[in-house]
Amino acid sequence: MELTISIILVFMIIGSIFALHAKDLLSAIINMGFVGFGVVICFLLLKAPDLAMVQIVIETVTLVVMVAVVLDSSRKEIEVSFNRRSLLNMAVGFLAFACLFYFFMKAIENLDPLGMHSLRMADSYVNGAVEKTGSINLVTGVLFDFRAYDTMGEAVILYTAALGTLTLLRIKGKK
Amino acid sequence: MEGMSTIVKKVTQLMAGLIFMFGIYIILHGHLTPGGGFAGGVLIAGAFILLILAFGSSSLKLKKEVTGSSNTESIGILMVVILALMAMLFGAKVFFFNFLPKGEAGELLSAGVIPLYNIFIGIEVAGAILTIFLALVIFKEESSK
Repeated sequence: MELTISIILVFMIIGSIFALHAKDLLSAIINMGFVGFGVVICFLLLKAPDLAMVQIVIETVTLVVMVAVVLDSSRKEIEVSFNRRSLLNMAVGFLAFACLFYFFMKAIENLDPLGMHSLRMADSYVNGAVEKTGSINLVTGVLFDFRAYDTMGEAVILYTAALGTLTLLRIKGKK
Repeated sequence: MEGMSTIVKKVTQLMAGLIFMFGIYIILHGHLTPGGGFAGGVLIAGAFILLILAFGSSSLKLKKEVTGSSNTESIGILMVVILALMAMLFGAKVFFFNFLPKGEAGELLSAGVIPLYNIFIGIEVAGAILTIFLALVIFKEESSK
């Protein structure tokens, strides 16, 4: 199974590199879809059907919407010329990266090595979750009982996204 | 926006209802089988998006629909917050407390308020995705006039 996942991951990396460098935006979007559906197969192989289901539906809908948007606007990528300003931007980017890397290394000094964490929270979630929440599907039990704030936040984000789209794309107000 | 060919229309007629029913099934069985409010909500929105893409519609009709869908999603998110507030009044004084009887695990009517949360999150997600899609379609229709 690890071999299969590795092969899919390699294909996904190739797809994302191609999506970055494609001249035609439509083929870039199709390659983005390649990455998304690769993630779906990985989720299924790792036995996470909940995530796979959400991912496959969201991927399909966003792919349809993005293809429609690209076909309607422009298929050409905007050419960016290299000048002194981009040098400054790159310098700022590297500075921020170095800063974040330094503090990241500081922060993980006291952590356990990778894969050896003490799973205090996960233990209490997994053991007796069915009695505590009454839901057989553990993922739903965690999403709507233990981490209900998280779910409410996600729903509010979607609500705000819809309101933002409605506000940005109205034509009457602009005139 | 005009519709597509007859074959696409016929297949859409056959499939859209099934997709809608499957979305409702995923939402209602969210606490028993994989899935839940998010996946089911996007499936329901997908059924509507399929219908609109295949049959096409005038922008006036779509405007009526976008009012409806944005109202629906507002009601969905409002009901989630009201359910969370009701948990403050009944039982323990905590947000999102599971105040209904839990029943027997594995039955359709079990797990207290979790199915209710699933239903309202599903309504909210379906409304939000449909609203975003409709806003994009209406923008295209009106700007091309």
